[in-house]
This record gives sequence, structure tokens and C-alpha cells, in this order.
Amino acid sequence: MKEILSVENLKVSFPTDDGLVRAVDDVSFTLNEGETVAIVGESGSGKTVTSLSIMDLHNRRAAQVSGSIKIRDGANTVEVVSASPEETRSLRGRVVSMIFQDPMSSLHPYYKISNQLCESYLVHHPRQKKAALDKAISMLDLVGIPQPDKRVHDYPHQFSGGMRQRVMIAMALMNDPKVLIADEPTTALDVTVQAQILTLLGDLQKQFNMGIVLITHDLGVVAQVSDRVNVMYAGKIVESGPVDDIFYKPLAPYTLGLLNSIPRAGDKKMGRLSAIAGQPPSMINLPKGCSFAPRCEFKEKVSGGRCLSEMPDLTGISSEHRSRCHVDEKERQKLFPTLAVK
Amino acid sequence: MASSDVILSVRDLTKHFPVNKRTQKKTGSTAVKAVDGISFDLKRGETLGLVGESGCGKTTAGRTILKLIEPTSGSITFEGQNISELSPQEMRPLRSQMQIIFQDPYSALNPRHTVGRIIAAPFEIQGIEPQGGTKRAVQELMERVGLNPEHYNRYPHEFSGGQRQRIGIARAIALKPKLIVADEPVSALDVSIQAQVINLLEDLSKEDNISIVFIAHDLSVVQHISDRVAVMYLGKIMEIGNSRDIFSNPSHPYTKALLSAAPKPDPKLERTRERIILKGDLPSPMNPPSGCVFRTRCWKAESKCETEVPTLITHGSLTTACHFPN
Amino acid sequence: MVLFALRRLGFSIFTLLVVSFAVYVIFAILPFDPAALTCGQKCNDIVVEANRIRLGYDKPLLVQYWLFLSGIFFGRSYGVGQAAFVCPAPSLGYSFNENACVSDLLKTTLPITVTLAVGALIMWMVVGVTLGVIAAKFRGRTPDTASSVFVLLGTSLPTFVTGLVLLIWVSIKWKIVPLTLTGYVSFLDNPFGAFKYFLLPWITLAIAYAALYTRFTRAAVLETMSEDYVRTARAKGLDERKILFKHTLRAVFAPIVTLAGLDFAGLIGGAIITETIFNLPGLGRLTLRSVYEFDLSVVVATTILAAGVVIVMNLLVDMFYAVLDPRVRVQ
Repeated sequence: MKEILSVENLKVSFPTDDGLVRAVDDVSFTLNEGETVAIVGESGSGKTVTSLSIMDLHNRRAAQVSGSIKIRDGANTVEVVSASPEETRSLRGRVVSMIFQDPMSSLHPYYKISNQLCESYLVHHPRQKKAALDKAISMLDLVGIPQPDKRVHDYPHQFSGGMRQRVMIAMALMNDPKVLIADEPTTALDVTVQAQILTLLGDLQKQFNMGIVLITHDLGVVAQVSDRVNVMYAGKIVESGPVDDIFYKPLAPYTLGLLNSIPRAGDKKMGRLSAIAGQPPSMINLPKGCSFAPRCEFKEKVSGGRCLSEMPDLTGISSEHRSRCHVDEKERQKLFPTLAVK
Repeated sequence: MASSDVILSVRDLTKHFPVNKRTQKKTGSTAVKAVDGISFDLKRGETLGLVGESGCGKTTAGRTILKLIEPTSGSITFEGQNISELSPQEMRPLRSQMQIIFQDPYSALNPRHTVGRIIAAPFEIQGIEPQGGTKRAVQELMERVGLNPEHYNRYPHEFSGGQRQRIGIARAIALKPKLIVADEPVSALDVSIQAQVINLLEDLSKEDNISIVFIAHDLSVVQHISDRVAVMYLGKIMEIGNSRDIFSNPSHPYTKALLSAAPKPDPKLERTRERIILKGDLPSPMNPPSGCVFRTRCWKAESKCETEVPTLITHGSLTTACHFPN
Repeated sequence: MVLFALRRLGFSIFTLLVVSFAVYVIFAILPFDPAALTCGQKCNDIVVEANRIRLGYDKPLLVQYWLFLSGIFFGRSYGVGQAAFVCPAPSLGYSFNENACVSDLLKTTLPITVTLAVGALIMWMVVGVTLGVIAAKFRGRTPDTASSVFVLLGTSLPTFVTGLVLLIWVSIKWKIVPLTLTGYVSFLDNPFGAFKYFLLPWITLAIAYAALYTRFTRAAVLETMSEDYVRTARAKGLDERKILFKHTLRAVFAPIVTLAGLDFAGLIGGAIITETIFNLPGLGRLTLRSVYEFDLSVVVATTILAAGVVIVMNLLVDMFYAVLDPRVRVQ
């Protein structure tokens, strides 16, 4: 499989009045053609900041970005972190596209969607108005909008929530990008609509052999569509690996805690949920040592209080499945229960 | 079943919001039928989950039960008393018995009041002086919901989302109510915090024998916390029954579709299971379809569904409104 | 759509009637005898009484009002016999102090005020919006700070200070622009001459309004730039210029034009200070004088005119908003 996106040692910090916020602190992952990589985390984990960095959508004056983000553009590879604004602008919408959480506010209320769809095309193929409109109609058809030739001339507010998200997807794919970043694409939608949209994304991915970076906090969605998963906590990746490993053999205490705490609509009502104690840390005053330590139930297993003084590295016996924890991996495999849900 | 077991009884409850003349002419409808005839019983200490997607009327139903919204028709019986016709004045003494927890922890608390004042408000409003003083009662409540009582004088913005929701809960249980309507209490919280708040609600409900109407769209949360569940669609109840049975063996096509649509955190299962994908969009509550409101998206629909409204019929442990239940 | 326009028209007419009647009532309550003011010190009672009858001040309030209303459609005649005269339709009354039919007065004063208002509007919109956009684009940096100084000055300096300063320094001391004590030049006849005539009054008004619009535009642009749809536009690869002009400004224009329309309406009949300082014989100055001299007919007429302009501008602004924002059209 061809690698189309590679993020290495990405760091994004924001200087604020109260101190430096290290929103993303040494994040690395890759994406291949045709696969879906999920970035899972809660609010403040840094997942959205990561996705915006891939597209160079941060205010260059406000954000300090270092590391490497390589995107394949045909035969070339572009290094986003050091590229000029003009170079990254040329990538956006053409090689890498993004869809956002709230389709109502993400579409301009004053312009017809024909205008907005064609705009995507015309930015990268100037002056081809007829081709743009034809492509817009065929994309709307592809995403399942009925009567696309008529509805293309409607305004965003004339569509329902699910339809608007389809329009956004159509708009993102106008230039056949190789990478699609989906930031919480179904969070604002009803569950039955969510199912439709996720199915649609899966179909489109197969058709275009696209790579998808899926940003979400919903573990159910991750399980449904991802091939590989990166779990983020307080700006760092704490576990990364194939989706089955993450869900059935998690190696990071945070991942385990998360999987244990979600209620499952299964056959029997389970007992009390085992919640993770405490709260996510403030990004301004991160504790020394492992950021998850204050909430971790396994720190006693580590001698010398290392968890509170030293940040563990992201390592793994298998290079495919890595995690951050001072507890020896073999011991963790024995300690953490295997989660196989019927 | 002794009738004193039942704390709340709702029969054919309806709430229609009238629309102005211009919209009437445009859409041909006179009202938004938010809640269109729902009936259920709630036992003492029981948790009833009210689940459905946007526009199904669950939030309106929750507020109408508490008479925060005046019902259009139907009856609400609380502790044996018919409260549907009571005026706001007459409702006041009953309000200490029925409370609400809101979805958004950021807007449910007055940002200009200290936490202590917020939790003490119910005592103040009902003119009750708890034994040992208000401050002590408030601090005990704070401890009970897992907050530090020394933060009595802090303001809401100094707390996280999960903590604010606990403040809301402390406020709701201050007067030891018998009934709490929880309107999406964990939807706005991070996943790792949701479990904490769900556990708290379960503990409180068991300890004080509080009945809860738990409104949510997240099926797994509802299934976990509820004893019984009612599934709503376009203002009507499609199916109601034992929580375990509804989720393991639903009768109604909509319940099946809902369950099928919700992704489970189990990759192998997700890859292999069959999915029901509903076609089409939600009809407008201003013009719900005739007969069975679900028929426009139902794969079982036949001509009978267009002409006859299905009534709730009990088969075994489930009560279903469908002409062709499983 | 037609029904909507008719309803608005009906409501507008009703508003005008209420406004004009209110003025009549106010004058009726005041303890002055309008007839006595129609001639100077050397009046005797006979003349005053004759004038009273001629102008209809002897009749009851409602009759007076009715005569006024019918005069709009049919013209109005004053007095009988030799001293009689007629103000042809549309007659808004007769001003004894100015010795002319009010409609004629309006014909001469209105163009001046309109020229003043239109010129100032163009100036303040161009300056205000441009500065506001620049301040937003360079937020926190020098251009933004500079423009906030301008905003502070513009909003704190009253028009009589700016006007007088400009008059004294530019006209009198430096003699760049001639004094406007004489010779109104119509813009339509002699644009260049009119330009010199109106330049300082335009600048005086424009400074005050431009400051407000700079501040407002800056806030509106900043708010729009943080909207999700601007983020989407960037994610599609649009360059900043296109984002600014196509996405941001279109959204910002709607509230700005709404405000501008209403401010413009307020200037018609409201630019009293500026007209007085620069001695422009416009509607504002006329209104001021008529209030001092209790010239009822003129005051009623200018009030109705001002109210009418506000109503029309309101309607135009609402229609413009519907053109701009498709969500509004649904209503």
C-alpha cells in the first residue's frame, strides 16, 4: 500500500498569557491509500489541532509548529511544516480535503451550493465553469442527493442535517483528493443518519482509494470504520496500533480505562461502570511525568515513583502496536483483561 | 401491582405548538405535533429511559410531564393526583417533589451565582430551612455528589463540565424529590466523565428511591441505566418495555433500525454484523405521515400502515405499536 | 410578496398620520398663540385676528388637522378676497415667517440636505469600512492601533468642534476652500463648484460616522472570520483575498448597510449643527428656525418628511437584506 501522509514528531504549541500550551506534543503516524486511521481522544487531547496542522490551517502567527508532515502529491512529496503558504494552499482541497462537524455552520448561508461546490473545483482548475458544474452535479449524485441537477441550485438551509453533511462530503471530493480528514463528521447527526454517512464514506473510500484520517471521540464509530487507531491524551499519542489490538488487547491504561467505562448495548445490563477517576489535566500546567499518572490505577506497579517523574516513551514489542507506559509490556498483557464482548 | 407502586401515570399526553397563519398556509398544517399522544406508567424508584432521535419529542415530553410546558391535552397523574389541570400556583408546593437536570452544564447554572447559592436556591424558593442550617445542608449535598464542600463560594466557570453537571444534580436532589427528569444529562460530557456521572445518578436513585425519566439519544447509556425504555418517533411511542428485552429482542422495526445503526465498540462484530440502513429523511413534525408515522421509512410498510394508526399492544414483556411486529 | 408590500405601505401611511397628528397636538398644548407670531412687534390685534382666521388657527384641532390633510391632495386656499392666496397641491401649509408655501421651501432646502447626506455617506462608508477591514486584518498590530486612535477621536469630537476647526483653519486661515456664506451651487449644475462648497461639511459629518463604522466593521469582520464557513473556505484552498471579499465581506455587508440606511435617514432633517456652522440653507436649519419661531406648518412638514424618509429607508434596507440573505426570504 502506498503511503500518502506521514506525520513525524509533530509539535504544536500556542503561547498564551497563562503560559505555553503544548497542544500537540511529539505526535507521529502514517496513512496509506485506501485505509482509515482514527485519532481518538477527548476534548483537549490535541486531535483537532493535529488535523488542522496537516492542512496548515493554523494562524501562522499564533501557533508554533515543528516536526514533519509529508504529503504525497502525484510524484512529489511536500513537506507541509516548511512549505510556503502558497504551496500549502495549493494542496488544500486538491490533495487533502477536510470535512467538519457541523454542516450547517460550515457552509456559507448566503451562497447556493452550486456556487460553493464549483468554487472548490475552480480554485484548482480556474475558468472551467462548465466542467465544474457538471462535476458538482455528478458528485451530488454520488453522495446520494436525489434530483441533483435541481437541488444543486438550492441554498444550504434548504437541506436537512444529513443532506448537508453529504453536500460537504461532495464538496470535499470535487478534486479527487487522496487524503480526506474527517473531524467528528457524524457527532452532530442522529444515529440513523450517522449510519448512512459512515456507509457512504466507506463506499467512497473504496471507489476513490482514498485515505481517511478520522478524528472522533466515539469508540463505536472507530470500531466500525477504522483500520488503525491512535489514542491521544493531553497532546500525546498514548497508544497506536491495528483496530483489533486496540479494542481487544489494549496496552495503555488510558485506553483500557476508556473501553471499560463505556456502557455497551449488549445482551445484559452490566454492573456499575468502572469510570476513570479524576479529570483530564489542564494543558497549561501539565504535571511532571506521565500526564495520565494522576488518574492511573497502575502506578503502584512501577518502582521508584517513575510515573510521576518521567514521561514514558511510545514503544512496543511489536512495531505495529505501541503504547506509552512504564509498566513492562509483558506484565501489562497479563494484568489488563482481554476485552472480548459478545 | 399495587397502585401506590406507580408514582407517575401519563395517558394520551399531547403537546402541539401552534404555528402562525403564514406557515399554516405554506405547509397546510396548524401545529407542530411535538408530543402526539403518549402513555406510560413509572414506578417508584424505577428509571424509565426515553430514547429517540431529534424531533421525536422526548425533550418536550420530559418538560410537559413536569408541567414546565403546559400540555395541550391528556392526563398526568403524580402520586395519585391529577396535575394536568393545575395552575402554576397550585403546582408550586408539588415542585419540591419533581425536579429536572439539564443537558448543557454550561448554561444550566447562573454564572453570577456561587455554587453554594445555586444549590441552596431550592430551599430558598420553597421557604424551607433545613436542620442545621442551609450552608451545612448544601455542603452535605456537595459531598454526596462528589464535590469538595470547601468550594462552596466558587463560581461555575471555575469548574469543569462534569463537575458542573454534579452541581446541577446536587441542586436537583436538594429537596429530596421523588421524581427527576434528566434531559440528556451526559451528552455534553467527555466519555471518561460520562461514566462517573452515570454511576452517580444510579447510586442516588437507589439510595433515595428516586424515580428517573432518563432522556437520551445514546442507546447504550440508556440501556445501562434504565429499568424500562420507551422508544419515541415523531411524538409517539413506538415501543416500550423492559430495558434488557427491548435491546436484545426488539419487536418494532424502528427500534431494530436504531439498534442496528448505533455502532458498537467491537470491531469484529462491526465487520460481520448485518446493518439496517433506514432510507429517507425524518418527516416534519408539522405534517406527520397518516396512519403509522414510521411507515415512510419502514421496510415492512403496507397499505394498512397508511390508513390505521397502530395501537400499543403488549406481547410478552414488550408493548409495541406496529401492525407487523416481529 | 405583493401582500407584504401593501401591508408595509398601509402601516407606513398609518405611522405618518400618527406622527403628524402628534405634532399638531403638541402645538395645541403649548401656551403660545401661533397667530400672534405671524407678524412682528408692531402688530395690532386686527392683523393678528385676520391672520388667525386666514391660517385657520381659530378652528378646532381636528378641523385644522383635516384641512391640513386635504391640502396635501387638493391644495389649500387662505383667506378671502384681495388678500387671499393659494398653495397648490401638494400643500403642506404656509409659512408666514418665510412668506412662502411650505412645499416651495422644501423644494429649495431639500436638495442641499440630500447632497450633504449623500456625500457624507459615500465618504464615511469608504473610509469606515476600509479602515475597519484593515484593522481586522492586522489585528493587534500597528494599523489596528492607529485606527483605534482614529475611532477614539472621531467618536469623541463633537461635530461642532470638528466643523468649527475645519472652518477656521481650512477656510479662513489657509484659504484652501472658500467660505460658504453665499452661493449654494447645485451639484447637478456645477459639480466642481458644488464640491468646493460641500467639502468641509462632508468631512465634518464623515469623521464622526466613519469612526463608528470603522469600529463596527472591525468587529463584524473579526466575528465573521471566526465562522465555520470561513474555515471551510480556507480548507478548500481559497486564497485570503478571495476569502475576504467573497465570503467575509458579503456576510458583513448586511448589518452595515442596515445601519447606514438608518443613519442616512437620520441626517435628512437631522444635520442641524453642521448646516448651521457652515451656513447651509438646508432642511435642518429650516427646521431649527421654525421650531424657535413656532412656525407650525413648517415643523409639521419637516417632521412628516423626516418620518417618511426613515420609513422608506427602513423598507429599502429590509428588501436589501432579503436580497443578501436567502434565509430571510423564506419569511
